[in-house]
Amino acid sequence: MTLLIQYTLIFASVLILVALGGCISEHSGVINLGLEGIMVIGALGGALVMKFFKTDSSFLMILLVVLAAIVMGMLFSALLGVACINFKADQTIIGTAMNMLSVAGATVFVKAINTAADPNDVSSTIQYNGPKKMFIERIGNFEFNWFMVITLVVLGLVCLFLYKTKYGLRLQACGEHPQAADSVGINVYKMRWMGVLMSGALGGLGGICYILAGVSEWKFETGVAGFGFLALAVMIFGQWKPYRIALVALLFGMFRALSNVYIGFDFLYNLKIPSSVYNMMPYIVSLIVLALSSKHSHAPKAEGIPYDKGQR
Amino acid sequence: MKKLLKNDGVQTFLASLLCIILGMLIGYIVLLFINPAGAGKAIMDIMRNFFNFSNPLMQLKRFGNTVAKTMPLLLCSLSILFSYKVGLFNIGVAGQYCIGVCASLYAALAWHWNWFFCMTFAIVAGAFAGMLVGLLKSLFNVNEVISGIMLNWIILYFTNMTLNKVKEVASPYTLYIDQVNPGAFLPNAGLDKLFNNNQYITIAVPIALVVTIAVYVVLNKTKLGYELRATGLNAKAAKYCGMAEKKNMILSLVISGALAGLGASLLYQTGYMRWECTSASVPAMGFNGIATAFLGGLNPIGAIFSSYFIQHITDGGSYVDKSMYCSQISDLISSIIIYLCGFVFFMKYAFNKVLNKKKEPVNNANAKTDKGGEN
Repeated sequence: MTLLIQYTLIFASVLILVALGGCISEHSGVINLGLEGIMVIGALGGALVMKFFKTDSSFLMILLVVLAAIVMGMLFSALLGVACINFKADQTIIGTAMNMLSVAGATVFVKAINTAADPNDVSSTIQYNGPKKMFIERIGNFEFNWFMVITLVVLGLVCLFLYKTKYGLRLQACGEHPQAADSVGINVYKMRWMGVLMSGALGGLGGICYILAGVSEWKFETGVAGFGFLALAVMIFGQWKPYRIALVALLFGMFRALSNVYIGFDFLYNLKIPSSVYNMMPYIVSLIVLALSSKHSHAPKAEGIPYDKGQR
Repeated sequence: MKKLLKNDGVQTFLASLLCIILGMLIGYIVLLFINPAGAGKAIMDIMRNFFNFSNPLMQLKRFGNTVAKTMPLLLCSLSILFSYKVGLFNIGVAGQYCIGVCASLYAALAWHWNWFFCMTFAIVAGAFAGMLVGLLKSLFNVNEVISGIMLNWIILYFTNMTLNKVKEVASPYTLYIDQVNPGAFLPNAGLDKLFNNNQYITIAVPIALVVTIAVYVVLNKTKLGYELRATGLNAKAAKYCGMAEKKNMILSLVISGALAGLGASLLYQTGYMRWECTSASVPAMGFNGIATAFLGGLNPIGAIFSSYFIQHITDGGSYVDKSMYCSQISDLISSIIIYLCGFVFFMKYAFNKVLNKKKEPVNNANAKTDKGGEN
């Protein structure tokens, strides 16, 4: 049972971080379908720090890993920003291209590093067994992960930012009616850039959190198994509101956790359901949930439409 | 000359060419970063693909392999462009392709069906998966990209689970079709002779080409195609004119799914590949279809050339020097090309701006430099 709670909390943390990233970006008017790719690149940044940086201070380690993930995520999200804000490209195509680019790029990069270190090693795996322990505090059977705290802090900050600060409110205006926002002197391009970069930072953070969730090595060829898109489903079901996103993420996190730990429950194990069914569960649930919640959506009105100053 | 340059098709072709050149260039720079010594040779190896063999007969045979794999890619890209014309981005094509694999292999290996029925079953399965996305979109307003991705993962696990029943005992791969049910192979119809007896060249090639032309005709010359395109340009206006925009959306996704399912059967029923029942992601074929659809300028005829090109460099990736680089470098190049395809609209815009500038006599000095840059 503790194992279920532990996995639920950590997967929910990932979903909250990434979904909040998507939420900020969409509030500014840009649909960020590249979140999946941003997660991969953020995870790569964090994993590289864990591989090459040696320290005994767990605080320093956590700080550096988190920073690396954030910076890498932001850099990668700039690809979306340039294309979709400045060049008015199709946000769906660019997002999809970013997802493919991230997996291919990370694979090529990690393989190059591995092969350079050992010519016989052609895997795309990075191991981080030692540094991983620094993120975890054991409380009895429960493995407390520092990312749970980080997530809570981020959740609070995003709430504050979106609803209580000048910039947050302006950013939301750009997603609802950019022409109106522009008419009162808000720089729409700047606000959208801010939204995209923040989503990049949160996506990268979510990515490193995801690969630290259960395993102590990561094969970058596999990407992040559709988690970026699950986060988007969480965001839609959460109606683009941070606190609702957090609640929904807990639910989704639980279904994802079940596929990891169902063997530990005798009654579930005795049902003899193949493990594939448990693997499908989060996706099936999200489809059902989306079907129920998309009809009356409170999506930002101008999302997905490139801003054109001359348009009436 | 100017008239030719103003032609939309010519502009699309030039823009695609630019995407390819830039994509290759960036790929080359990445190779330089990894290991400067072999970068030039590696990029040439990728471009040469089967020409890396010196024996012409061997080249012909390998050329056949690339052609055989181009056919499913062509169908995936048709699938993408068909739904894109209706304004839907069917990223679920990867899953629809995957369920096509599942259906055709299961029918062939477990039920010992004849090739034609296996193929039909794959088409039906793909169409069904496409229909699910269409229904979710039109009835519940679910974003087709997100539902498509969710279905991709569901279908992947379903395929692994189902094909697990017809797999070899000792390996994670499915049984060989020729050992269990040779009747499920697509007939060669003598086409294999053209490619130095390459047994993977089957009637898949003519089927794919006929389907391509059919898609072109349906989209451009029929009432249905007109309605589909109208819905894509402005769904509300189409509805106002009395077109059933919801029905059109579902129908386009059903056809799109059917194309992807057919694509799967055209590859897996040649025996070229077997399914690995521990696969951790859906086949890349569907995603590469996105690249080819946009690279081909969203035109079915263009898709033939772009699919061949993408498959050519994907296969070429396996010839790079493994001690320095990995074969995924060609995936990287094709994803960079897709990213750049996002800029095609802007490129055309800039292109037209330059062309229109030439007309004005005031900018004569500018026009001269522009001309020099272009030719």
